Amino acid sequence: MTPPRRIARPALTYVITAVAVIVVWWVTVRATGVKAYLLPPPDLIIMKMWAERASLLKEGAVTAWATVLGFLLSVAVGIPLAMAMTQSRRAYDVGYPLLVGLQTLPKIAVAPLLVVAFGFGLVPKIILVVLVAFFPVVINAIAGFRSVDEDLRNLGRILGFNRIAFFWRIGLPHALPAIFAGLKVAMTLALIGAVVAEFVGSDSGLGYQLLSASASLDSLLSFSALIALTLLGLFLYAAVALLEWIFVASRRTPEPEPVGGY
Amino acid sequence: MASPPASVVLDNVSMRFGGRADVEALRNVSFGFDAGQFVSIVGPSGCGKSTILSLVAGLRMPSSGQVLRAGRPITAPVTSAGMVFQKPVLLDWRTTLGNVMLSAEAHGMERASAEKRARQLLASVGLGGFEAAYPRELSGGMQQRASICRGLIHEPDMLLMDEPFAALDAITRDQISLDLGNMLLERFVSVLFVTHSVPEAVFLSDKIVVMTGRPGQVQRIIDIDLSRPRNLHVRQTSKFGQYVEEILELFMAAGLLRDDNWQSKDK
Repeated sequence: MTPPRRIARPALTYVITAVAVIVVWWVTVRATGVKAYLLPPPDLIIMKMWAERASLLKEGAVTAWATVLGFLLSVAVGIPLAMAMTQSRRAYDVGYPLLVGLQTLPKIAVAPLLVVAFGFGLVPKIILVVLVAFFPVVINAIAGFRSVDEDLRNLGRILGFNRIAFFWRIGLPHALPAIFAGLKVAMTLALIGAVVAEFVGSDSGLGYQLLSASASLDSLLSFSALIALTLLGLFLYAAVALLEWIFVASRRTPEPEPVGGY
Repeated sequence: MASPPASVVLDNVSMRFGGRADVEALRNVSFGFDAGQFVSIVGPSGCGKSTILSLVAGLRMPSSGQVLRAGRPITAPVTSAGMVFQKPVLLDWRTTLGNVMLSAEAHGMERASAEKRARQLLASVGLGGFEAAYPRELSGGMQQRASICRGLIHEPDMLLMDEPFAALDAITRDQISLDLGNMLLERFVSVLFVTHSVPEAVFLSDKIVVMTGRPGQVQRIIDIDLSRPRNLHVRQTSKFGQYVEEILELFMAAGLLRDDNWQSKDK
């Protein structure tokens, strides 16, 4: 099967699904006569989004910037940390309880403290993004590196690879599918982190726009910001999925289809 | 490729695995083999067959005694050797050709000529046309063939095989044994081969080391005097049957096998 066809078929399904959701939404609103300030019909939202496109794009860019920076920081810290924790038993014993402690900490409750400490800028947003996105990156990378078994290690040794050569030739590529599974989760969480930070203390971004619109009972703008956030999330997720498709070669091969032979 | 001939000697080798359960895997094992010989190790599960292999590969060091290669003790992984594991252990993100080339890259071989050799090797085991396939697109037997090619691409003087055919069905096993025999005819390479299958060992070997149960000790070393190249008819000959029976008798004497209807032919 050629790649274009393999991409085109699911893409068509996605579009049809999205259209179906909008149609069901529209029919439901019209049929039940629910008030527009509770649940506006999609056609009004789309028109509102078009009218507000300039501000949505501007605020969206602010949110996207914080999300992406925080995500990249999570990766830059998380992957080396996972490497250290799989290389050294001591690092694992120290790091693991800290990680789990960090994960059980309700991050949303930390947001106001971050605002107190760092003010209304980009910094508290990025910190909150890292706090939520970091954990799946590290945990999945650890799982990936740990799945390198005795046989693979012995193969590396008999081939004469030193630690560095082994990491690049065998360890990292072997862990890559698990790492990307973590990155996909982390990216969706990163956006949530950014929006929460904007809820709590910010004067810009889609989260701030959403909050101020609902405060002034502008439900059309609230829903516009909400849809914009969803689209942003889909876009960021797709970007990670694309990287996965590029870097994880085994994802590109067709489904296992054992061919002949003995 | 000139490398010193791999005459290997295990001199009074013992192996203990420490930890909570102190396991004595090998006790006072001594045997040797010459360059170019095909040597099989047979014995019950847990008799330390695979441990011997990892000692000769330099992946482990013995608790006492020493393993000599060309007269010198082995102190590090023997990277000039080729190794074939029980599982194919192919890298699933590399193609079949890429997996064979991994070993060529590790040994610093010149790329173009190495790739030509890799293609020849793959073709010689019936994998011509599958160079670009990924391991998961291959059957178990084909994967194991590819891993044998990986073990041979750098023209090792010694090939170490750890129950390489254990996971394959009977027909595939026969075919791959024949292919291996043919590949080795064209090369001067010693093979240390660990197997559970007595007929397989007799079919392939110049020499068989029969092990006892744990702790593994050498029970007997049997030279196999069957002419080469061997074909499947060899297995119907009385000589072949006698070798198999000799080993089975050893297993019975050690209480590893019991057959109430057995009558020893020696009587």
